[in-house]
Amino acid sequence: MVDDNLYLLLSAVLFTIGAAGLLIRRNPLVMFMCVELMLNAVNLTFVTFSRSLNDIGGQVIVFFVLVVAAAEVVVGLGIIVAIMRRRPGATADDVSLLRG
Amino acid sequence: MEHVVFAASAIIVLTGALGVILAKNPVHSALMLVMTLFGIAVLFVQQEAHFLAAVQVIVYAGAIVVLFLFVIMLLGVDKVESWETGPLSGQRYVTGAIAVIAIAMAGLLTARAVDVSRGAQSGIAPLDGPDANIVAVGKALFTDYVFAFELTGVLLVVAVIGAVVLARRPKRVEVDTEVEG
Repeated sequence: MVDDNLYLLLSAVLFTIGAAGLLIRRNPLVMFMCVELMLNAVNLTFVTFSRSLNDIGGQVIVFFVLVVAAAEVVVGLGIIVAIMRRRPGATADDVSLLRG
Repeated sequence: MEHVVFAASAIIVLTGALGVILAKNPVHSALMLVMTLFGIAVLFVQQEAHFLAAVQVIVYAGAIVVLFLFVIMLLGVDKVESWETGPLSGQRYVTGAIAVIAIAMAGLLTARAVDVSRGAQSGIAPLDGPDANIVAVGKALFTDYVFAFELTGVLLVVAVIGAVVLARRPKRVEVDTEVEG
């Protein structure tokens, strides 16, 4: 039986890598992948606590997180395609029209 | 044996995650993301979340990453990102330092064996009940969480409509004004 804390440590490290990648990278597609990494880290935490506390609710919430992630990717990639159509090769730094 | 599986999948997950953020080519990032997702699925199986492991492989690796690859191919992959330029080039180093500190703190907490995952056991929907995992998830989904499940349907419809609206070419408006003029 692997200790729950090891799962939580792995999840925390994965979340940190995702958050760091979101701040480091400038390609909007890679930034989206980093958001997926963070969502997966949270899913792993939910499943770990679900087993640790003996409650099926954690797994049901992971299901909902999966659905929200799918919806987010669909809309986000639509936005990225719309931006790229207007300005080919744009990075996240180039989209600063609304900056004050 | 369990520790071996955990160690192997942890290495796979972390290698994939680092590959996602370090690969210069977005296609490589997407493939590394698949590796991470498979590692997470193995960990789900190990924690007896069999339904979620299957959904993880089908939805994430099968649908979301393929969508990523489609968009990468659509937009072209010839542009390789430069690490040094950009208005916030100092941000990268600060981010890296903070990430290292955060990982070190999490490792320290684990090494000191701080028991963070201690709480009241659930009596409502136990994980080790008589039903198999898929049956238990299904029962919880369609009884306790049924309103959330319905809202999920609404969310997906809104997302699909939003994607269709965003993906439409805006030329059609110009055509309409020309016809009116």
